[in-house]
Amino acid sequence: MWEYTDKVKEHFKNPKNVGEIENPDAVGVAGSLKCGDQLKLYLKIDENNVITDAKFQTFGCGSAVASSSILTEMVIGKTIEEAKKITNKEIAEMLGGLPPAKMHCSVMGREALEAAIANWEKVELPVKDKIVCQCYDVSLGDIAKSIEEGASTVDEVMEKTGAGMGCMKCRNFVKDIVNKELQK
Amino acid sequence: MKLIYLDNNATTKVDENVVSSMLPYFSEKYGNPSSIYDLAHISHDAIQEARETIKDFMGAETPNEIIFTSCGTESANMAIRGALAINKDKKHIITTEVEHHCVLNLYKELEENGYEATYIGVNECGELNLEELKNAIRPDTALVSVMHANNETGAIFPITEIAEVVKEINPETLVFSDCVQVAGKVKMNLKETKVDFASISGHKFHAPKGIGALYIKRRVKIPPLLIGGHQERMLRAGTENVPYIVAMGEAAKNCMQNFDEKIKKITYLRDKLEKGILDNVYNAILNSKAENKVPNTTNIGFQYVEGELILLYLNDLGICASSGSACTTGDLEASHVLRAQNVPFTALHGSIRFSLSHNTTEEEIDYVIENLPKVINKIIEISPFQKELKELKNKQC
Repeated sequence: MWEYTDKVKEHFKNPKNVGEIENPDAVGVAGSLKCGDQLKLYLKIDENNVITDAKFQTFGCGSAVASSSILTEMVIGKTIEEAKKITNKEIAEMLGGLPPAKMHCSVMGREALEAAIANWEKVELPVKDKIVCQCYDVSLGDIAKSIEEGASTVDEVMEKTGAGMGCMKCRNFVKDIVNKELQK
Repeated sequence: MKLIYLDNNATTKVDENVVSSMLPYFSEKYGNPSSIYDLAHISHDAIQEARETIKDFMGAETPNEIIFTSCGTESANMAIRGALAINKDKKHIITTEVEHHCVLNLYKELEENGYEATYIGVNECGELNLEELKNAIRPDTALVSVMHANNETGAIFPITEIAEVVKEINPETLVFSDCVQVAGKVKMNLKETKVDFASISGHKFHAPKGIGALYIKRRVKIPPLLIGGHQERMLRAGTENVPYIVAMGEAAKNCMQNFDEKIKKITYLRDKLEKGILDNVYNAILNSKAENKVPNTTNIGFQYVEGELILLYLNDLGICASSGSACTTGDLEASHVLRAQNVPFTALHGSIRFSLSHNTTEEEIDYVIENLPKVINKIIEISPFQKELKELKNKQC
């Protein structure tokens, strides 16, 4: 069994802001059913760019639900510019920490928030920002950068960026990407 | 809060008379079985008596066919490595896709060391594909490992028939069966089979953790696992774990007593639980669909909800169950067993195993049937797949 903090337990036992917002101003989705977790985030945003309401629906484990729940509490009252600065680490910190193999749950929270803001701003996320490793929040751009900086094997890239070192779910995927990048 | 323990395939509560049977061997009858004086004889005789009991329990021919080990994993490692030492010129090994990790991970390691492995699949009910197995056997097949029953779904594989077929195609191929999940649930009669090795683990049938046994058919000679003294016919050196061996013997005796009656009750309760859940929870599907399965196990998939959350909510109600799938065990991948039988991906991450024992009561089962639907409904409310769930509900009504 995982060691969850009391805060995590509180939030998965009685999650806050569960459900759908009717006529939301922004919706963001991260994860998928196939991967074992998905978060759908709904935001209501006023004319001053302030998030006035946030609700979520999550398919996932205890820490996924807790991360989603605390995220809604964190964004309500913030402006879009402020919300953009929220990192997955902050989400985990607000929960008193997450087990290392569960850090990807906080990344899913940040990704859904990013997607929702992009949806509101009507922009597409640039490819380089696509997250490859959810545990250590490593993007395609990060992998490319580590290679530019001298990493020349899969192991070196993984060591440098942390990609594939957490829950290991993405390890083979990371290897493929790294090999492709190295061939360039 | 009352504890409702429905995770008996993970481990079991040690029977009270088992605990009392082992206690004298700590501070009273503590002699080393290898020593010469009377105190030592007491320990020696206790081990032999337990060996005799385990012989009957596993349906072996002679007590010498039983080697005491520390657990099921050790027994499996000893059997597999032993078999390969016997057939050292043969470099092909066969097992199933749904084996326990103590077999699968060892096979993976062997593959890295020059062995070629074939993994036999299962059908969507979790039953082994026997034709596939037959076709896989080759002149250089050293070993076939097939579990007697699967830990996650309870599906029973016909090891008697399998061993028969293997030996008919290649008499030199050795057969190992992981019998950990049938011990105490299905009568074993290994002497009537052509199975060469079989493993059991005490803590799965109400003995303590840390004791197991390996059946090695007479005339099958393997090299030792541990080298040292003469214990366990020199196959596993090291002073015997006398109290635990005694305990496992006692637990085996308990299992054999009123066996049919106990199994009848467990089967009735398991069937009641299974039906109760499937009838009352609209997104539930049955994963343990094998025609022949152990009497204590059911595995149910809850579509569009996630297993860990179900277990955490059940835990708050005092109900212990388990999910072979994602997130619970440090392994975030969905269960290899359920994937092998193509459980729909909508239910793959929300599959729960309930495993009963002779301690399970009807009152406990009724409590689960009453409360589980509430738990699932609460999680359904959080799910982003409301549209899909609504469609499922309409289909059911």
